[in-house]
Parts: sequence; structure tokens; C-alpha cells
Amino acid sequence: MTTASKTHSQGMQLAPAKSYDWKEMVFHALFLSCAMVGVLSVATIGWFVFSEGLPAFKEAGVSQMLFGKEWLPPALFGLLPMVVASIISTAGAVIIGVPIALLTAVFLAELAPNWLANIIRPAVELLAGIPSVVYGFFGLVIIVPAIESIFNIPAGNTILAGVIVLAIMILPTVITISETSLRALPSTYKEGALALGASHIYSIFKVLIPAARSGIYTGIALGVARAIGETMAIIMVMGNAPAMPGSILEPARTLTANIAMEMSYATGIHASALYSTGIVLLAFIVLLNGSLLYLNRKRAH
Amino acid sequence: MNKLEVNNLNLFYGENHALKNISLAIPARQVTALIGPSGCGKSTLLRTLNRMNDLVSGVKINGDVMFEGNNIYQDVDVKHLRMRVGMVFQKPNPFPMSIYENVAFGLKAQGIKDKKVLDDTVEESLRSAALWDEVKDRLNTPAFGLSGGQQQRLCIARTIAMKPEVILMDEPTSALDPIATHKIEELMDELRKQFTIVIVTHSMNQAKRISDKTAFFWMGELVEHGETTQIFNQPIDQRTRGYVSGEFG
Repeated sequence: MTTASKTHSQGMQLAPAKSYDWKEMVFHALFLSCAMVGVLSVATIGWFVFSEGLPAFKEAGVSQMLFGKEWLPPALFGLLPMVVASIISTAGAVIIGVPIALLTAVFLAELAPNWLANIIRPAVELLAGIPSVVYGFFGLVIIVPAIESIFNIPAGNTILAGVIVLAIMILPTVITISETSLRALPSTYKEGALALGASHIYSIFKVLIPAARSGIYTGIALGVARAIGETMAIIMVMGNAPAMPGSILEPARTLTANIAMEMSYATGIHASALYSTGIVLLAFIVLLNGSLLYLNRKRAH
Repeated sequence: MNKLEVNNLNLFYGENHALKNISLAIPARQVTALIGPSGCGKSTLLRTLNRMNDLVSGVKINGDVMFEGNNIYQDVDVKHLRMRVGMVFQKPNPFPMSIYENVAFGLKAQGIKDKKVLDDTVEESLRSAALWDEVKDRLNTPAFGLSGGQQQRLCIARTIAMKPEVILMDEPTSALDPIATHKIEELMDELRKQFTIVIVTHSMNQAKRISDKTAFFWMGELVEHGETTQIFNQPIDQRTRGYVSGEFG
């Protein structure tokens, strides 16, 4: 034993118990207050939207608002066309976007040679950083005219245009999270499958993707949240008519577009009806997160 | 008769010369143990026998590995090779699916869908792996619910289901407790009647208990190989003697 540690161990007196360790408490409070920022924001937004939106629900009636097909403020507040437009545009984006994103993620995580992955990955990340108004531009200049000429219709501002733009917008989210969860898998899964004579592709679909399922679900849920919440790009390409769409080749207005387009001039009960549009939107998000939790929990058992 | 023959095999990980001119014959229906200190190349050699090293980028191999007279690096389809030369890993690695699906996995990967064939093979393989009685009532529950030792026997069952001729085992008991280890060793004693087994082990007692032949590796070289009793009782090389007597390593 060295002299230094000897004097140290002999000379050390145990400090008495402190009733308050101020340093610990300050940091504890700091962490707690940071954590509270998110919670308080959600609570404030929820309270605000509900208190502002409830008068419209009271006036028009819940079933009138949720199932009414006419939006003619301040007389009629039927939100069904917007609900339908939001669901269809989001579902369409998922149906087109998720398979493309998942296969891209598999390609990046498992198949692509390094040099190619190093081109694709930054491109995908760049896609995530593009502002939605630029996506709207892209839709307006490329997709809308393309739909006009392919389907021979006078106006290409349709649900289909919205679906395509949203499908591209959710790609980076789903790709990045799926790729990360595929890469996080222990190599033993893949080795085990290959050692049984399974092909690489079979191992990917039967072992790796199922094993990475919970991460992939998270990616999809975040993609859906982005699609359902998207406003600017949608306003630019979807035509925004507040009427029940007959097909995806007709214009439609989503819940988000409804709020954004009318908020600047709405007053009274009309403004309240826009807040209730927000309530419906929030309900969708809660439903989405709830089902994600459920799916992941089911998997855990 | 030799099941596998390694002739003048050299393996490089980039610049690192990991296996140096290895020649080793592996006789059929015997247990061959590969021993040596960490980093000596024994696991690397094991992984050349079913071409698992193909997964590592930057690996260069020259020399031959012959399986029943065919050069596995030139003449055979790698998937087919791995069906006949199965592998059990260091850590039990069941797939995140049911016990039944784990054992049926390799067959399904071959496109076999016949329920009867799958059922029979699953039962037979689990029996051979001495696991059937413990799991027969819960075949459809997740494999992760099994203990570590059971999971490792499940991985052995999964390998047996392919009806391989050779089973490679990469320290199969190093993650298990002594009781589970004992069960696996008992099982290996059964399996040697039917299969050719090559096992990498860090435990010299295990090599002594279960193997017929032993090969001692040292810094990428095969120093000495022969009957297990000879390697442990009358080693010829100084380094082998030092290692098996526990002087170093």
C-alpha cells in the first residue's frame, strides 16, 4: 500500500448524513422541469383546443359534426368529408410509401454495397429536411400535371396527388427508423438462419423483418402521424373543396387544410368549429399512438 | 473415412494472417475438438467449414476444404453445403418465433410445406435433442420462454432437423451453467453415433470428456493434432504440453 492511500484511508472520516444534498436536488429539479415542458405543452394544447372547440360541438351536435356531409359555416358544420379525405390520403400514403420505405431499409441494411448505401442514405436524409412547402411545389409542378395528362382530367389537384406527395414525405421517417432497427438486430439471427441453408432473402423476410417488427411499427406510426398532420403540401396539391369526394381523382380538403385555410378570417362559432376540427385530429393521433402501444405490447408477450 | 479434409488452408482478414497453412482431416462419426487460446484461429477454422466466413467482408481464403471429395469453395452451392454441415453457435440463438417454427424453419426455407412431414420432423428432431418431453405441451409458445440450456438444445434440434452429416459447434456450452452443460455433453455422446461433430471449446476438461480427436491451435497455426488421449497425455510439441497442462493460455 502506498503512503498516500494509507493516510487517506486512515485520515478519512465518514461525513455525517445530510438531510439535504442541495446539488442533487438542484439537478433533480432541472431534469424534472425539462421533462415537464413536453407534458405541459400537450396538456395546454389539449385544454385549449377542447375549450375552444366544445361550443361548436354543443351548438351543432356531435353526430351532426362527425357525420354531417355539408360544411357551410356558420350554418352547417359537417366534418365527414374532411375526415374521409384525411383518412384516405393518409392510408394511401401508407399503402404506397411503407412498402417502398421498408424495402429501401432492407436494401440499405442488408444488401447494398457500401458505396451505394453511402449515396442512398444521404439522399434519404436530405428528403427528410425538405420543407413541406417545397414538397407542395414539387407536387404542383410535376405530379398535378402528370395526373391531368394520365387520367385526362381538367384539374390534377386531387386526392391522388396528395397521396403521392405524402407517400414521398413519409419515406425518410419510415426508412431511417426501419433501417436502424434492422441494424440493431444481433447478427446471430442472420447467422442462425443462413447456417440452416436458408437463402439471404428468405432470412430477411422470415427472421430479420419479424424480429425488427416493433421498430418498424414505430417508423410507420411516425410516418402516419406526419401524413395525417401535413398541411401545407396538401393545401397546394389537393384542391381543397370541402365536399365529399367521389373518387381519388377528385379534389378534397383534409382536416388540417380546413383549419389552416379558414382560421385567418373565421369568427365566433365558425372559429370554434375549426377548433373542433382540431379535436378530431387529436383524436386520430391518440388512436394511432394507442394502437401502436397495443401492437408492441402484444408482441412483447 | 474422412468427412472433411482441410488442405493447406490460409485465411486472411485484410492484412491479418489468421490461419496459417492448416491441414486437418476430420473423420466421420467422431467428435473432433479444436482447442487453443483465444484468437488462435480455432473458431475461424470452424467457420470455414460451412463458409460462414463468407459473411465477413475482407476475408481471403486459399487452399482447399473438401467435403466428401468436393471442394466446398468451388464445386458446391453454399446453401446446400450448410444444410449438410450444420452449425450450433456459442450463444443460443433461437429465432423470435415459436418452438415449433424454430425447428421447422430450415425445412420451410427449402419449400417443404407438407404438415405431416413438418410435424414428424419437428418431433423427431426434438427427441434427438433430448428436448421433446420438456416442450411437447408448449410447441406453439415462443422459444424465448425456454431456459438457456433448453434454448441451446432447441438450436441443436433445429440443426438436426436438416438431417446434416456434420454438426459444427462453436463453444456451445460457454454460455450455460454446469448442469445444462452436462446435458449438452450427454446429448453429444448420443449424436456422435449419427453425426460427425466438430467442436470448438475453451474447456480442456470438456475436450477430454467428449472428443475422440483433438487439434491444438496456437496463433493461427495448427500445432498438433491426434487422438485426444495422446494430445492430453503425451503431447509432442512443447506448446501443446504447456497449454494442456495449464501452464499458460
